[in-house]
Amino acid sequence: MTETSQKAGAMNRRQFLSDTAKTACGVSLFGLGLGMYSQQASSLPPLAIRPPGALAEDQFASACIRCGLCVRDCPYDTLKLGRFGGDVLTGTPYFIARDVPCEMCEDIPCVKACPTGALDPELDDIDDARMGLAALIDQETCLNFQGLRCEVCYRICPLIEDAITLDLQHNQRSGSHAYFIPTVHSDACTGCGKCERACVLPEAAIKVMPRKLAKGKSAEHYRLGWEEKQKAGESLVNPDVEHQYNLPKGVQYDHGGKGLIKEKVDAVPFGGNALDTLKQHKAEL
Amino acid sequence: MKLTRRDFVKTNAIAATAAAAGVTIPGINSAYAKSDDKIRWDKAPCRFCGTGCSVLVGTKEGKIVATQGDPDAPVNKGLNCIKGYFLSKIMYGKDRLTTPLLRMTNGEYDKEGEFTPVSWDKAFDVMAEKWKVSLAKDMENNKGKAANELTSSVGMFGSGQWTVWEGYAASKLYKAGFRSNHIDPNARHCMASAVAGFVRTFGSDEPMGVYDDLEHADAFVLWGSNMAEMHPILWSRLTDRRLTGDDVKVAVLSTFKHRCYELADLALTFEPQTDLAILNYIANYIIQSGNVNKDFVSKHVNFRLGNPDIGYGLRPDHPLEVKAKNNKKRKDQIGSKEITFEEFAEFVSDYDLESTAKLTKVPAEKIKALAELYADPNRKVVSYWTMGFNQHTRGTWANNMVYNIHLLTGKISEPGNGPFSLTGQPSACGTAREVGTFSHRLPADLVVAKEPHRKFSEKVWKLPEGTLNGKVGYHAVLQNRMLKDGKLNAYWVMCNNNMQAAANMNEEGLPGYRNPDNFIVVSDPYPTVTAMAADLILPTAMWTEKEGAYGNAERRTQFWREQVSAPGEAKSDLWQMVEFSKRFKVEEVWPEEILAKMPEYRGKTLNDILYENGQVNQYPAQQVTDSDNNVYTNHEMDDFGFYIQKGLFEEYRRFGTEGPKKGHDLGEFDQYHKVRGMRWPVVNGKETLWRYREGYDPFVKAGAEVEFYGKPDGKAWAFALPYEPPAESPDSEYDLWLSTGRVLEHWHSGSMTRRVPELYRSFPDALLYMHPKDAKKRGLKRGMTAKIETRRGEITVRVETRGRNRPPEGLVFVPWFDASRLVNKLTLDATCPISKETDFKKCACKVVRSA
Repeated sequence: MTETSQKAGAMNRRQFLSDTAKTACGVSLFGLGLGMYSQQASSLPPLAIRPPGALAEDQFASACIRCGLCVRDCPYDTLKLGRFGGDVLTGTPYFIARDVPCEMCEDIPCVKACPTGALDPELDDIDDARMGLAALIDQETCLNFQGLRCEVCYRICPLIEDAITLDLQHNQRSGSHAYFIPTVHSDACTGCGKCERACVLPEAAIKVMPRKLAKGKSAEHYRLGWEEKQKAGESLVNPDVEHQYNLPKGVQYDHGGKGLIKEKVDAVPFGGNALDTLKQHKAEL
Repeated sequence: MKLTRRDFVKTNAIAATAAAAGVTIPGINSAYAKSDDKIRWDKAPCRFCGTGCSVLVGTKEGKIVATQGDPDAPVNKGLNCIKGYFLSKIMYGKDRLTTPLLRMTNGEYDKEGEFTPVSWDKAFDVMAEKWKVSLAKDMENNKGKAANELTSSVGMFGSGQWTVWEGYAASKLYKAGFRSNHIDPNARHCMASAVAGFVRTFGSDEPMGVYDDLEHADAFVLWGSNMAEMHPILWSRLTDRRLTGDDVKVAVLSTFKHRCYELADLALTFEPQTDLAILNYIANYIIQSGNVNKDFVSKHVNFRLGNPDIGYGLRPDHPLEVKAKNNKKRKDQIGSKEITFEEFAEFVSDYDLESTAKLTKVPAEKIKALAELYADPNRKVVSYWTMGFNQHTRGTWANNMVYNIHLLTGKISEPGNGPFSLTGQPSACGTAREVGTFSHRLPADLVVAKEPHRKFSEKVWKLPEGTLNGKVGYHAVLQNRMLKDGKLNAYWVMCNNNMQAAANMNEEGLPGYRNPDNFIVVSDPYPTVTAMAADLILPTAMWTEKEGAYGNAERRTQFWREQVSAPGEAKSDLWQMVEFSKRFKVEEVWPEEILAKMPEYRGKTLNDILYENGQVNQYPAQQVTDSDNNVYTNHEMDDFGFYIQKGLFEEYRRFGTEGPKKGHDLGEFDQYHKVRGMRWPVVNGKETLWRYREGYDPFVKAGAEVEFYGKPDGKAWAFALPYEPPAESPDSEYDLWLSTGRVLEHWHSGSMTRRVPELYRSFPDALLYMHPKDAKKRGLKRGMTAKIETRRGEITVRVETRGRNRPPEGLVFVPWFDASRLVNKLTLDATCPISKETDFKKCACKVVRSA
């Protein structure tokens, strides 16, 4: 089992269980203050991540009845409950990826435990969870951007090659090495936080944040041509016709991108066909 | 000096331009190293794999406070992998051993006692007493025996992580001092098959090429090498070549999908062991398609038919060994007879595309595409391999067979063309192989079984004729068996963690160490699993706590100076061996008939004969300084009163320059402290890049173009060898293949990397990688704890069906770094019968839900 660190405002499962009896009688009292704490919801700390299937933050805050069952059923002690006076809405579940990330259980016990649908019961494939989004925030400290072979975040990713891929680039400084740049894909990243947990830096360069914080948005007025073409499966405008060029012998030109292509010269003193060879002989005679 | 980012970019651009123009701009590189924070920077090779990246070690107030990739090192040009990034932390685990620990009860040694701190004196007293009992018994048993019949009950298990001179000192202590060849390095587990393959085909160990092949090849073929994780910086160079070269192809062969597959143009996942068939098919294809380089083959290649059915290196009473035909004698296992090229062609013609595809379960078009890469005369190909080939019950064959391909096409010993075995340890080449710490070897490619080689060694070592034992000693796997059988009784394990590393721990390793007849000593910086199984633990200085030298996979020998003192009473391996040798009078180890030949040795200690022999001690104590006149301590020099590292190296060097096997010349000691390593053979200060090729290799006769001078007629041997099945395959009860291996984050048994909190966090525990369908069939889900069982043991491990490794159905993979999940309780100690290297990649297991 991975270590768990106790932070102020956090509560582990064991603590929660022992405290449950004591607090049960106070629940009704808590209800009175709900309105106040809902206000707090919109300012969920950026590193506090909700469990899989959590509704949008304001809906979640009102749907969650602070029963703690999801926390109880989390087999990895990932989930904590917000404590009174803490940054996270009191009694609601969250986790801090750097401390204990979500292990992405196949049977999603936290969602199953939720009696109210605050954790969406429709979520039956953990890969569809969108708890947050990993973002490689700091390229200045990330070792991969310096050319080192770290990529710990990539190799620990349960959705390796989908949620995180490596973008390979030439390292101009060394001249003979490559950069292996971890690249997060929001269409696959669940926000489990394993990458942030594993980052070897004293402060993680890759962090999981609520998707709203981590994600930019593309404008409607400009499209990426190559992506649109891929989506369509063909050119959006009729395919280019074949071009013809004036070219010296042995040279081809590829309009599509390769440009000038010099034919490999075969290591024989003769031409490519009999007629050429005959012409060659004739010239030499 | 602090560089801003803009300055950096600017400096960088100047440096890049200068590099392109081949000039050095003074002061640019040192700008990184010289800083005003009072850190002293000095160079050292990385402590981990065989790549041999150079780092700059930053020391302040007697502690290593930082490291940086060495920007002037040609191998890594300032880069490191994530293990290398944490080098400065590997020495500072909180549980470093700082005092000898002896198992004791009521103040006396007791095999069943508790580990108790003792002084070095007490430790050596007890140890020497045990050794002397064994040595006296050996002398009695060896009375009147010829040199090649000598037996011994003292042994040592050493390391490809020893420094060059530690390996040399150990070899000398055992082979010359104790007259025992029962010394073997952990490199036996790692590259013995590569050694045997090189020697069998070329008559000389180690690759012909260098890392520069990475920038010259048009195609790379990885045979059982997860280079992306295990040789990260070389993979970075290979990737760059793939990215920037014109039409460069990468082919990857493995029994499960791993990280190299992401770059692969061609990925072949084959049924375990059937790589042998693919190799023969490729040879067949090259011949059938008319792509044999006939000129090269006629001038430089002989053909041989190797003996088949050579057994599996198991105990002789194992049914497989009883059944095998050519396994009873060494000469039968390695035996071969001369054949013609036509006979070779006929032999491999059995391996056609259809049958090979069927056996290997690889689509035919993929196998053919791979063969085309090799056959294409316009394509330069480098083959890389590591443990997939070497840890193989036909590992030597696999090595021989990949050479066949390169020999048939003549794609060898030139830039961008050649077979290249990658090494897993920092000095598997430099120490284990070149120094000859194997049970059958002597330095510089000499072997104990050959009398002229022994005689030459006796001359260099100033020993009476006949001192050296001519009988090949116990290799790694046999050592554990002989410990269990009570034939090896005094045993020293140094610089490795073999209880965790060796196969079949339950049946062989542990019973051997705990056998009441035996006394086991383990020298290590950390309390490893092996230390736990020992009777005496000796605290050891590591890496830059001593002056050292490593030799990497491209024959590059790299030196470093002692940077810091070891903690507490920890001492270097070298110190331990020299001090121990002082406890033996020569009369206690050599019989009278040997001593009578050199009566001047009477009354002397082994230290007098081996180390203070007028050669090793000829360099007086001196101040060790660098080019900036920083002064470095050398604890061994302080304690012994002479520059022992230099003395050992200069004596060792004579094996290369004067020995009977040519092409093993090393440079002078002092030069290595100045350079970023040199690639041997070094002749007149010049290094060798491509061996056996005229112009590059000074030992090739003028006009020969290529000469494999390890063989008497200069011709390499291509071997006709068949596919033979593995020792243990899945059946109805044990229905899955089990393969073991490593991960990038941890090195070997994890004794260093698991003590770095960040690396531990990045990959804490070993996982059971399996196919989701295999998991489902067994009622397992990702994250659940499963029990893996083999005929030899069981362990529990968490199931991983995602992530970096994706086994096909029918195979599971477990890394072996985790001391809490000892996968070698499960593995089978079957070996390649020629190389004696264990096959850690194949045995049968079952996986069930853990209660």
